[in-house]
Amino acid sequence: MPVSLTLNGKPVTLDTGDDRRLLWVLRDDLGLTGSKFGCGIGACGACTVLIDGKATRSCITELKAVAGKKVTTIEGLATGDKLAPVQEAFLDHLGFQCGYCTSGMIMTGQSILNANPKATREQVAAGLERNFCRCGAQVRIIDAIADAAKAPTAGAQK
Amino acid sequence: MTKRSDGSGAAAKGRRQRTLSEAAAEGRAIAARDAVERTAYANAAALASHDSEQSAGSGEFGFGGTMRRRDFVSLTATGLLISFSVKPLEGMARGRWNPANLQRPSPDFNAFVHIGADDRVTLLVGKIEMGQGVMTSLPQMAAEELNISIDKVDVVMGDTDLCPFDMGTYGSLSILALGPVLRAAAAEGKAVLMQMGSVKLGVPVDQLEVVDGILRSKADPSKRVSYGALTGGNRIERKVDGPAAMERVGDFTIIGISAPRRDAPAKVTGKAKYAGDIIPTGALHARILRAPAHGATLKSVDTSKAEAYPGARVVRAGSLIAVLHAHRDEADKALKLVVAEWNPSPSVLDDKNIFEHLEKHAPAPQTGRPRGNVAEGEAAAADIVATKYLKGYVAHAPMETHSAVTEIAADGKVTVWAGTQMPFGVQSQVAQALQLPPAKVRVITPFVGGGFGGKSVSNQAIESAVLAKAAGVPVRVIWDRSEEFFFDGFDPATVVNVRAGLTREKKITFWDYEVIAAGGRGLQEFYDIPHLRTNTRGTWGTGSGTLHPFNVGPWRAPGANANIWARESHIDALAAKAGMDPVEFRFSHLAGSARMATVLRTAVEKFGYKPKAQAAKPGQRANVGLGVALGIDAGTYVAGIAQVKLDRATGEITVERVVIAQDMGIVVNPIGAMQQLEGCVTQGLGYVLSEEVRFKNGEVLDKNFTTYTLPRFSWVPKIEGYLIANNELPPQGGGEPAIVLMGAMIGNAVFDLTGVRLTQLPFTKERVKAALG
Ligand code: FES
Ligand code: FES
Repeated sequence: MPVSLTLNGKPVTLDTGDDRRLLWVLRDDLGLTGSKFGCGIGACGACTVLIDGKATRSCITELKAVAGKKVTTIEGLATGDKLAPVQEAFLDHLGFQCGYCTSGMIMTGQSILNANPKATREQVAAGLERNFCRCGAQVRIIDAIADAAKAPTAGAQK
Repeated sequence: MTKRSDGSGAAAKGRRQRTLSEAAAEGRAIAARDAVERTAYANAAALASHDSEQSAGSGEFGFGGTMRRRDFVSLTATGLLISFSVKPLEGMARGRWNPANLQRPSPDFNAFVHIGADDRVTLLVGKIEMGQGVMTSLPQMAAEELNISIDKVDVVMGDTDLCPFDMGTYGSLSILALGPVLRAAAAEGKAVLMQMGSVKLGVPVDQLEVVDGILRSKADPSKRVSYGALTGGNRIERKVDGPAAMERVGDFTIIGISAPRRDAPAKVTGKAKYAGDIIPTGALHARILRAPAHGATLKSVDTSKAEAYPGARVVRAGSLIAVLHAHRDEADKALKLVVAEWNPSPSVLDDKNIFEHLEKHAPAPQTGRPRGNVAEGEAAAADIVATKYLKGYVAHAPMETHSAVTEIAADGKVTVWAGTQMPFGVQSQVAQALQLPPAKVRVITPFVGGGFGGKSVSNQAIESAVLAKAAGVPVRVIWDRSEEFFFDGFDPATVVNVRAGLTREKKITFWDYEVIAAGGRGLQEFYDIPHLRTNTRGTWGTGSGTLHPFNVGPWRAPGANANIWARESHIDALAAKAGMDPVEFRFSHLAGSARMATVLRTAVEKFGYKPKAQAAKPGQRANVGLGVALGIDAGTYVAGIAQVKLDRATGEITVERVVIAQDMGIVVNPIGAMQQLEGCVTQGLGYVLSEEVRFKNGEVLDKNFTTYTLPRFSWVPKIEGYLIANNELPPQGGGEPAIVLMGAMIGNAVFDLTGVRLTQLPFTKERVKAALG
């Protein structure tokens, strides 16, 4: 069954099997490689995308589950060429080293701010508990997202 | 001193939304508090403009500030090309490393600096960027010596067709060993250009100055010529062998100042490419049939169901049986349809009996340079403390699993994009596997998603090459997480036996140390101990497949995590035996190392540590324990103090605060160094609190993050790092020092709190509970 959804602001219809995993549809079929594979079982957060503004692990999400929904990947987070405040904050705080967990962290951060645009440092940290960063950039990741919460448009739904 | 004291980071004031190119233009403030920020993300603009030109085959991977990968010949047809090689262990020849402690072949580093007619400088180095920040710090060093702004320096890394041979990226050596020579080469380049400029302008060399790549007469600045104009149209080559006059530390304008990371814009926009993100036209994923256990052999296999899966192909090449499909998730499904029967592994080892096995089967001891006479020292001892310390296998677990893609062109040229720490090693292994001369194989290293030593072995690249040849299409191999755990070259399980004694005067009189399966890294002695012996039985790289039931290999600061944990735990135990505060006890044995004493003093001051003058016995600090540890790694001297809390009912340790002071010589990029330090502390929590590979009969029982727990956000303490300015010393390694302290800092803090010594890593809840009794 073809699946229609809004991907990074544009309507798309995908006819690739509705039980395909969203992560690999994004990466293999659409060339959107910003979402990463880390574990494949929903345990690490590297593959996180937003579905109707909420952080979702695309590696365990079937394509049919996003029918009719708004899916945003890291490639679609900026507005035009304006970076989102969370991305800005990751630049300012250097919230990464190898960068492999980064798009998942940024998308999770956006989701935290969507739910709570004034999230505190503690709330941010709690919201990241199920994401792993092997390089040990955690302190700066929390700093970045907590700092982004100070921007007026922090929680603008994506 | 550079300090990052709290979580505040960059000021949020006045943030507005910027475009990437605005960010590029404006030169933004970065977090390091005392650092002056002045360089711009100029390369972000270049990156954005290159975007449209990116293709899987020739793209930039989002490397900020790298040149387009035009070929080497056209790049160097004109301009000044300086080649240089680093003699083995340049960075260690100063006697700061004990060569006896090195368990690695002699590195032979080489690189090029090219100064083009377009006024751009290009570094070509075989190093790779895996998060450690050398993509930024190497250009800083070249820019410094050439008196040119850093945004005019491009860097090409890890490409075997463009970069000269390099042994690999490991051991914190990129800056330590390559740095001085890179600086010398750049300085040589400047000297050559000054000569040419002198002739061209008719001004003596000593009357010339360079401002951002422009040579001009000091007396008459209108007499000027740019580097590029000087080299234009000609090809000039120089080889550096002797030392050139380098910028003096006091004159640095780029080194020592935090530079914006060049990889930043690509990494926050998802544009940064890793090996698994390279998708040549027609490429198929390969999922390879794997044995359930090391040592298990294939009895029978039926691939018919997998072959019938729509779009799937089964390919056999040598011992590999792989299912190929354009879509990874479908390749996964098809692989599950392969029915295989296996003969069980003969291995009888597991994570419990391994230590006995190691003690029994490790190679004969090698004695490091002994001091004094241990028997004599022992005779003088009033008290002796003997302890056995055990540490399990630890996985590298980079977030990016081993990934590679191979494409074979019609003319037979093989291109491999690999996430590897050893591009040239991969080149020769692939060439061998395909029976081709190495020149027919090009290895390109995009961004690497974490390595920590684990990507110094890159069999996934060979697999992708062999399968691409067999299948006749480009093949992507992205290991599953279970493959990553199964094939990882773990940090080996280690046994350390220490006996040491105190005189009546509370001085250590002898130290008898035996380490099994970790080698001697971290054991460079700085305490005043008259009689000392170190026996190493096998190194962290010894005996894969025989001594150990699976591969072992270098893990961030290989061997040092075990050694420094054991040594610093035992020093602590001696302090307790002496009834002394552990910090005071250490100071009383540091008369011979002023540098270490300074580092410890800094940590003590910054922490606000108060010796337990009246509370000489452990267990007397109210709710928290404090633990101190010292170490030397990659030439860097490091001291740390940790504050922990303990839930006695559950055995759960919480690390609340960690202060690290380190003397790493000249600090090239302070914020980069601080990120490494924070990374060390955070990653180190894992091997101390939770990480241990469980296995039985050749099977690795940990197959994903559900059972093998990496440090979580809630575990991360307040981290305070202090870099002690030591401009007398060239830059030392910064990627590893702080991690080596984590075991002892935390273990010693638990002892401070409870009086109980933890002697097996990791300090899992169960073990802590059992130890508390
Ligand atoms: S790859 Fe999806 S959570 Fe790890
Ligand atoms: S930056 Fe490397 S895993 Fe987070």
